[in-house]
Amino acid sequence: MAFTLPALTFEYQALEPYVDTTTMQIHHTKHHQTYITNVNNALEKFPELASLGIVDLNKAVGTDKIPKELATVVRNNGGGHWNHSFFWKVLTAPTNSNGPSAELKAAIDASFGSMDDLKTKFNAAATTRFGSGWAWLGMKPDGTLGITSTPNQDNPLMPVADDHLVPILGLDVWEHAYYLKYQNRRPEYIAAFWNVVNWEQVNANFTAAVGGAVPSL
Amino acid sequence: MALQFAAQRLLLLKETYVVASRGVATFKLPELSYDFGALEPFISGKIMELHVTKHHAAYVNNLNNALAQYAEAESKGDVAKMIALQGAIKFNGGGHVNHDIFWTNLISPKDFRPPSGELLQKIESQWKSIDNFKTTFSAASAGVQGSGWGWLGYNKGADRLEIVTLPNQDPLSTTGLVPLLGVDVWEHAYYLDYKNVRPDYLKAIWNVVNWKNIEDRLAAAKK
Repeated sequence: MAFTLPALTFEYQALEPYVDTTTMQIHHTKHHQTYITNVNNALEKFPELASLGIVDLNKAVGTDKIPKELATVVRNNGGGHWNHSFFWKVLTAPTNSNGPSAELKAAIDASFGSMDDLKTKFNAAATTRFGSGWAWLGMKPDGTLGITSTPNQDNPLMPVADDHLVPILGLDVWEHAYYLKYQNRRPEYIAAFWNVVNWEQVNANFTAAVGGAVPSL
Repeated sequence: MALQFAAQRLLLLKETYVVASRGVATFKLPELSYDFGALEPFISGKIMELHVTKHHAAYVNNLNNALAQYAEAESKGDVAKMIALQGAIKFNGGGHVNHDIFWTNLISPKDFRPPSGELLQKIESQWKSIDNFKTTFSAASAGVQGSGWGWLGYNKGADRLEIVTLPNQDPLSTTGLVPLLGVDVWEHAYYLDYKNVRPDYLKAIWNVVNWKNIEDRLAAAKK
């Protein structure tokens, strides 16, 4: 069963003025679609790998479950597909962006001190990721929350990642995610991102992680 | 006797703890030999202006800052800090070196001249034709995952040209090859003009490649 482009739960212009319409359109229909096309092509002759599902495929990156000749294309494109599918779900119109649940807020305060401290750390991870990559808030194996960044289309589900977290919130900091509107001004994009966070979804991701599960897409 | 020993010990202490002062370089943004708009319509003036005055400038500023911090750490003997700064020096130093080369590799399309001399000879002997070389170079550069550069480098030991890609701002010097032509494939290099279609950028850029500069670099490398 081939992977397909998931629909967004909002219109392309819904994140204005924080993320522009054209970026959302190209990001979804071109960049994300390309990752899907590429991973489908790579796995055409390996149906047993495709049938793992996208989460388990990502969890297999760097292991010998994936044949050597597929390793790079699966890492980049299987990673890209999961990352963007996850990302679209944690975004929403600014009028629909509320806040963390009481449980999530308690976990944030316990792990970072406060929401402001979380944002400071997350923003730093997103700003200092050199080149292309992602910033993540996630749950560590010990149940506390942590922040990390990954290069290119890696994510904390992958064995190759420096930090293994169950992702709860993520931010794409590839230049294609912000260049049309923000150009080189990545910190401005990162600050704007907080206006369009879909806390309902983030809360659900947290609940899933507390229960030992990877958030469903 | 005691005085002599004391004097010798003072000398030894001086050598161990007094750090010789080293020149701290301050790197500067270069001046381009053409206007930002000179590469139109293949690379827009808008991209060129951002690329030079924001991206390259940031590498220069960050490099200078990192080096200033490095000098201070070194003067305090703080080796841990010196090591911690090496990432920033590599990113930003590489960014500066790479872009410095890149601006000289480009020329206005109205001044474009095709390759000649030994460079042409080498390209044809290794890739059969300029067109085949361009196709091969562009394909390699298009295939860079994330941010990075495509390079034509000179292998002095083997007297051969090589096409190599590198991630992020890793400079070609890390491979031992002499840089002849670098093409930036970070999205900032083309996104405003070409969006996600990196291959279109890699087709267009051949109209503004300064082959004379590449020939000069090869000649200099062979000295």
